[in-house]
Amino acid sequence: MHLDAKLPAGPLDAKWARHRAALRLVSPANKRKYHVIVVGSGLAGASAAASLAELGYQVSCFCFQDSPRRAHSIAAQGGINAAKNYQNDGDSAERLFTDTIKGGDFRSREANVYRLSEVSVNIIDQCVAQGVPFAREYGGMLANRSFGGAQVSRTFYARGQTGQQLLIGAYQALERQIGLGAVKMYERHEMLDLVVVDGKARGIVVRDLITGEMSSHAGDAVVLGTGGYGNVFYLSTNAKGSNVTAAFRAYKRGAGFANPCFTQIHPTCIPVSGDYQSKLTLMSESLRNDGRVWVPLKQGDTRAPGDIPEAERDYYLERKYPSYGNLAPRDISSRAAKEACDDGRGVGPGGRGVYLDFAAAIARLGEDTIRERYGNLFDMYAQITGENPYKVPMRIYPAVHYTMGGLWVDYNLMSNLPGLHVIGEANFSDHGANRLGASALMQGLADGYFVLPYTIGDYLASNKLAPVDTSHDAFRVAEAEAKAATDRFLAINGTRTVDSFHRELGQLMWEKCGMARDRAGLEEALRRIPELRAEFWSNLKVLGTSDSLNQSLEKAGRVADYMEFAELMCRDALEREESCGGHFRTEYQTADGEALRDDAHFAHVAVWGYEGPDAPPTRHREELEFEFIKLATRSYK
Amino acid sequence: MSDMKLTLKVWRQAGPSAPGAFKSYPASANEHMSFLEMLDVVNEDLQEQGEEPIAFDHDCREGICGSCSLVINGSPHGPKGGVTTCQLHMRSFKNGDEIVIEPWRAKSFPVLRDLVVDRSPLDRIIAAGGFISVPTGAPPDGNAIPVAKEDSDRAMDAAACIGCGACVAACPNASAMLFTSAKVVHLSLMPQGQPERNRRVLAMVNAMDEEGFGGCTNYGECQAACPKEISVENIALMNREFLRATLHDRDGAPRVAGTM
Amino acid sequence: MNRFRALWQSVIGKKIAMAGSGLILVGFLISHMASNVLVFVDPAKLDAYAEWLHGFGGLLWVARGGLLFFLLVHILAAYQLTQIARAARPTGYHAVDYRVSTYAARTMRWGGVLIAVFLVYHILHFTTGTLHPDFHPGEVGRNVIEGMQVTWTAAFYAITMVSIGAHFWHGIWSVFQTLGLNHPAWNSTRVTVATALTLLVAGGFLSIPVAALLGLLP
Repeated sequence: MHLDAKLPAGPLDAKWARHRAALRLVSPANKRKYHVIVVGSGLAGASAAASLAELGYQVSCFCFQDSPRRAHSIAAQGGINAAKNYQNDGDSAERLFTDTIKGGDFRSREANVYRLSEVSVNIIDQCVAQGVPFAREYGGMLANRSFGGAQVSRTFYARGQTGQQLLIGAYQALERQIGLGAVKMYERHEMLDLVVVDGKARGIVVRDLITGEMSSHAGDAVVLGTGGYGNVFYLSTNAKGSNVTAAFRAYKRGAGFANPCFTQIHPTCIPVSGDYQSKLTLMSESLRNDGRVWVPLKQGDTRAPGDIPEAERDYYLERKYPSYGNLAPRDISSRAAKEACDDGRGVGPGGRGVYLDFAAAIARLGEDTIRERYGNLFDMYAQITGENPYKVPMRIYPAVHYTMGGLWVDYNLMSNLPGLHVIGEANFSDHGANRLGASALMQGLADGYFVLPYTIGDYLASNKLAPVDTSHDAFRVAEAEAKAATDRFLAINGTRTVDSFHRELGQLMWEKCGMARDRAGLEEALRRIPELRAEFWSNLKVLGTSDSLNQSLEKAGRVADYMEFAELMCRDALEREESCGGHFRTEYQTADGEALRDDAHFAHVAVWGYEGPDAPPTRHREELEFEFIKLATRSYK
Repeated sequence: MSDMKLTLKVWRQAGPSAPGAFKSYPASANEHMSFLEMLDVVNEDLQEQGEEPIAFDHDCREGICGSCSLVINGSPHGPKGGVTTCQLHMRSFKNGDEIVIEPWRAKSFPVLRDLVVDRSPLDRIIAAGGFISVPTGAPPDGNAIPVAKEDSDRAMDAAACIGCGACVAACPNASAMLFTSAKVVHLSLMPQGQPERNRRVLAMVNAMDEEGFGGCTNYGECQAACPKEISVENIALMNREFLRATLHDRDGAPRVAGTM
Repeated sequence: MNRFRALWQSVIGKKIAMAGSGLILVGFLISHMASNVLVFVDPAKLDAYAEWLHGFGGLLWVARGGLLFFLLVHILAAYQLTQIARAARPTGYHAVDYRVSTYAARTMRWGGVLIAVFLVYHILHFTTGTLHPDFHPGEVGRNVIEGMQVTWTAAFYAITMVSIGAHFWHGIWSVFQTLGLNHPAWNSTRVTVATALTLLVAGGFLSIPVAALLGLLP
């Protein structure tokens, strides 16, 4: 596998400007001759599709939802970072860059992260111009708030619905292009394969989810903005439909998959209440400003929280991290909760939960102040659990939230497969081993609005692309394969539903490749996943037909990919013999239980190449070089 | 945790042109389950018995994507108010209840299968004018134009719309006025939305009419069903915008905004 | 004219037409009610008022024509909007649960039909006298008092006035909404205005048949 990151030389703050100036251009008259396929309509996909169409390219955009506005970017709550320094608190692109590199535990590229920090300011301007109703001060200026991992206030927000508002901004830009006929939108279409012709990505195969019809679409470049793979764990904060299929099938066609083991676990989610649980709901991390986290000292203590006296409670974060206390970072808080529950001291149904108690804060500040600060979150909690958090402590537990890993891309956001561009959460590029809060929205929009529209032109202008249409053999073969795979699910006629397999896989991944990982567990998972996969392919039950709306059939395809992808994730976790960011190997920790990085051996991106169904994938490396920032150990003591 | 036994009366329809009918299914649930999780369990049971699962739209399951769309006992998104179906929990029901589950009903929202309908007309209303024509590039600094906090807050109230279509489903006229007005008002309150103000409302109302939605007769059912509690005040403001634009706009007649 | 046609072609335009024509009809009803209650004061004053009106000669016909025009606009818009609404929901719900809509709002259409039927009867009853048992042209006060002596007629009038009240109440409130007269600080006032006008107009009209039924007319 050839991995050339194409990182520009020169001083950090001049890299993007110089690179941009050197990119080849497609003339306005020629742009309409190029057809770009964009898969996914979240922040990255919608912003890219709209921007490319505005430039004059012919664009086709695909999403599996019934409207591009429903992509899962919509669920992001907190905000979007930008180094505007509106608060006069010393922010700058340099500082956002430093925070992001450190937050990512030194496993991301300097040049990419600096570019992200630089263009962050343009994103805010663009969104404001689109009419995004960001929070404002009384004087009419934009408001900011602070977020984890930063000492400045650089987060822009629209109530607790920032993702929704930014996505609607991008969606409106996209709909405008659809109305003008510049983008052809395909809703309820799922990408099932990438078509490669002469070593270049030239199209996709999709299934119309309403009619079941397979069709091929040819283009000059393919852009994937298909999101993350958190649903490999079955339970996550992702939408039910979020899947790895598009990215994984591109991987099977030759695109490298980078750092699949880098997953982010969010510490404050509402715990699982029963085995029917279908998804997890995030509660803003800001709650930890006033809530105290505790579990009973005694194992298996089933008393109501109010009946447990102070002396029999363990405020474990305050005990273990006296200086940061309840505000310890995401990964550390998450692991500490897991340890308490593993120790048999978890609370609530199933014993997988810890208390987040506001009694002390209410006693100190009064219920009204707490209501003012967190009213909407308390309401949401009460709605889901039926409990009153003003009276009874909340129960929380960590949940899978975001995946930093993804398809490998170079500085131009193009994978090792020429013509295949990957943007947003689907790529691996900017967050290293851990993403900072409010940075996912920033990256998705940076890629779609301000990076890809430049770099894709360079690819199109630099390559002589032979005309290809869907009558080409590669399309016919890919389409037939996709059809055969779909029919195969229906022909198994076993006894277990797709969800039951997905749930079992998720449980296994959560236990063995979740918040804390070790060699023995990962090896066990690598033994058990192929067994489960074999059972999946012999005992799956999917009813109905392939020529109609069949939601079980859709899920079967996605779970089939997770069955293979899970193995890749475990392999990557096993090979990365260090702890960094979201990847915590229990064998590699300091005496106080902190992540122990191994920069000598693992300061690289691990990129996996597919070698066929019967051979293990190969692991390639892109070495990470730190020219402008010094490698250091994160400490929160 | 108390278990409850329920009877579901569910609309089943094999395809867009197939005839549909209600079918009864027993269901059991506990109070902590969400309504959709209750349906998940029913679907697992159905598949084990060899019957195809009930199709329904859903995705984020946290009340923001706007996918879920069930009319439960005559109310879009169920009896609770201010929530989507996915946020409705079974504690809103009691043991022995019969629950009637129907799809959104409107000519503009044809049923695709069971409880899944086609809501693409709402996208087309946005495509007609629900945007600010500002291509990606170098707009002025975010703080170059101050926006009164009150305006931005009101715009946000309207922009909170999740496009689920419950307003259409709830309206006895199957009107999409609440949806359309939420977008018109969001953009017309922002200073950035002023240049296109007239053509936006003309084009969007025209698109709304062409999609075959009914008119507003001020029942107020849309606001009551709206999971984001968007106010009918927006409808009044859109009416005013529309009247103003019709009388003011130099082109006069509504067209698609982007192409004028 | 182009933009008025465009206005009429949209559902909002039809609503605006309904609101405008409705307002004119409301104005007529207020004056009609105010003159009718003269019957309580002195039937002869009612006769004098009628004579005064007739004194306008051709202008009276212009006013009648105008009222008829706005009535037809009102009915036509209502009819078209009803057709559009019916077409917009060809399949109804099995379970129906109205949450907030008022009985008045839900009976606007049938209420309108009832009013139209009433109007025909009313004109045949008191204007042309065709359906009046003992009609004396020009003696309006007497005709009213005599006409109302028939119990079923008075009952029909009374019921129709209640229905007009409901129609009126929702209609006036809707006028504000349709013409975009909306502000959170004033929205409760809109309902108050609608209620006050309804009580005044419908109540005034209703007083005549009710008084007749109770034997209180002179």
